[in-house]
Amino acid sequence: MNNVLQIVWLIPILPLIGFLINGLGRKQLSKTLTGIIGSGVILGSFLISLFVFFNVKSGNTHVAHYFNFINTESIKVGFDLQIDQLSSLFLLIITGVGFLIHVYSTSYMHEEESKDFAKYFSYLNLFVFSMLLLVMGGNYIIMFIGWEGVGLCSYLLIGFWFTNNNYNDAAKKAFVMNRIGDLGFLLAVFWLISKTGTADYHEVFANVSKLSTFDITGITLLLFVGATGKSAQIPLYTWLPDAMAGPTPVSALIHAATMVTAGIYMIARSNILFTMAPFTQCVITIIGLATAVLAATIALKQNDIKKVLAYSTVSQLGYMFVGLGVGAYTGAVFHVMTHAFFKALLFLGAGSVIHAMGGEQDMRNMGGLKKYMSITHITFLIGCIAIAGMPPFSGFFSKDEILAEAFAKNPVYWGVGVLTAFMTAFYMFRLYAMTFTGKFRGTHDQEHHLHESPVAITIPLVILAILAIIGGWVGVPEALMHGGHRLEAFLEPIFTGSNAIAAKHELTHSTEYTLMAVSVVGALMALLYAWNKFSKYEKSTAEETGLGKVLENKWYVDELYDAIIVKPLQSIAAFFNNVVEKKGIDGFVNGVGKAVNYGSRQIRLLQSGQVSAYVLMMVIGILVLFIIQLFFIK
Amino acid sequence: MPVYYYIVLAIALFSIGVIGVLTRRNAIIIFMCIELMLNAVNLLLVAFSKMHNLATVAINPTAASDAQIFVFFIMVVAAAEVTVGLAIIVMLYRNTHSVDVNFLNRLKN
Repeated sequence: MNNVLQIVWLIPILPLIGFLINGLGRKQLSKTLTGIIGSGVILGSFLISLFVFFNVKSGNTHVAHYFNFINTESIKVGFDLQIDQLSSLFLLIITGVGFLIHVYSTSYMHEEESKDFAKYFSYLNLFVFSMLLLVMGGNYIIMFIGWEGVGLCSYLLIGFWFTNNNYNDAAKKAFVMNRIGDLGFLLAVFWLISKTGTADYHEVFANVSKLSTFDITGITLLLFVGATGKSAQIPLYTWLPDAMAGPTPVSALIHAATMVTAGIYMIARSNILFTMAPFTQCVITIIGLATAVLAATIALKQNDIKKVLAYSTVSQLGYMFVGLGVGAYTGAVFHVMTHAFFKALLFLGAGSVIHAMGGEQDMRNMGGLKKYMSITHITFLIGCIAIAGMPPFSGFFSKDEILAEAFAKNPVYWGVGVLTAFMTAFYMFRLYAMTFTGKFRGTHDQEHHLHESPVAITIPLVILAILAIIGGWVGVPEALMHGGHRLEAFLEPIFTGSNAIAAKHELTHSTEYTLMAVSVVGALMALLYAWNKFSKYEKSTAEETGLGKVLENKWYVDELYDAIIVKPLQSIAAFFNNVVEKKGIDGFVNGVGKAVNYGSRQIRLLQSGQVSAYVLMMVIGILVLFIIQLFFIK
Repeated sequence: MPVYYYIVLAIALFSIGVIGVLTRRNAIIIFMCIELMLNAVNLLLVAFSKMHNLATVAINPTAASDAQIFVFFIMVVAAAEVTVGLAIIVMLYRNTHSVDVNFLNRLKN
């Protein structure tokens, strides 16, 4: 028990303390103090995470057991925090990116009232706390606590400006869709516990042979349902684009860097189960690909700067699931990491643009911003190049690793994936060109107001931009550099079991070079075409037609859900409300009342106030008693 | 004289009282009928007490006189009751110039 990693409880506790201080003292604290506390606790967690990371790197992993959380005869669930390669990596991503976003928020949210400002920071801290718990938990139950916590905080943060009803609807949508997924996750955990009698990762994965194929397939499918909710995959993805209603830093933190990766983390953590369920892996791959393509096509035609990024997130998450589905767990985790860097960067850049435009989010009214916002422009460009998959930026390495593994599994997967990569390059540079190049299309007032954002916004941008450039170098594929994939070596212990079972497809280096060349050249062409086309973008009032209209309306998926799920549910609810509730239950309850009322009105007539009538009744009563006495009681 | 005669007389008195209370509307008559019923019961009390204690009374005339004490009590209570009742009737009459109980079926006047 004298392991240095005993101190890991500090990592989640610090944000919790920050949440309590900011939440309880929101009326007393000044904005400066709130910002310092809110960001400081995350910085503290980050420093401890760094320490933990280097410990893990030197081979020190540990499950810290603090107390028994559930203690019964049949099942014992401890409050355990597990520190190993996977969780320490995620800790770094969450606390590192989280800290930058906190710093960014201090400036971005500065126009809020002091009370709301503190509330915002307390929610952010609570969110980070939940996410840390999710990642550090040593069993599925602790993970579930964090899993629910991030769901709650996303609801609170998306609906942060709750005076606007649309934002509230978006928050509710996110919450309800996540609940659907949570149910799947919970059922999977119950199933696991009923079959293995424990929820601890170590024991579950050690006893994996106890499970029949049917059990494993069922459990993994249910877990995947949970993952589709949190990680916004078909069919539960529509909440994420709507979730852009929240403040932009929230979008960056929740919908790019942390919460949406919870599903990926969970599957990577349970990799052995998934490797043993090929059917589920196939499902995951197909869903991931479908999501990636669908979201990318939608992103081609969106005009709201944050919506494009949101769909791009959904699409990138699809890639990660493809990675998980084909067994490239390292690739998926790698992509989570690089995606966290460049997507947080892009969101924060977009926030900086929105900030300068005074709340305008429609790209059709932007353009030519590179003159006014040089730092934002450069960093944003770096983010776009990174996500488009240009070497040597980070996105290239992680994306191509997944694509190569997909090719090894089935070339069709690769084809769809590469097509998505081209689209990614296209819509990102459409976004870039419409925003930063050409001439300004907004109003005169907006043009006057344009300015580079303050330093608290630009510094995180610069740091993230650097990370977006170099983040991929920890995973250079074997084909380009011998021993270059340090991340794979680092994560090796986590995926040992899976790698032992799974059949390894080794690609020849020449094949890999070809794949890389195809994706890079294709993406480059898409990128240049988009840049060229949208630099000359002119505002037009012409309606989109045909496919463009379908894409602009997001394939009408929302309308479809509305028609097949929401509307019937609402009509059933209306039926229950109007018929069952109002006529049936209310009728019965009120009927009892009415009957008593009517009866009392009738009985009232007996109280006429006429003495003789009373006496007559008395006499009759006495007579009746006599008769009973005489004839019936023997 | 067998006790049977007393019982018949008491039943007759009591029934007359009951029917009077039930049918008459004059408050004073109703009072009188209530007295009739009370006295029918008094009569029965005394008659039964005599019947049960015939042997002892032959030796000691004052023995077993509790029923008769009962009777006196009943008379006292009845007198008190009549006093109160009549007072009420008088007050009612002052207010309404009538002693018709059906007319007095509400106290709101």
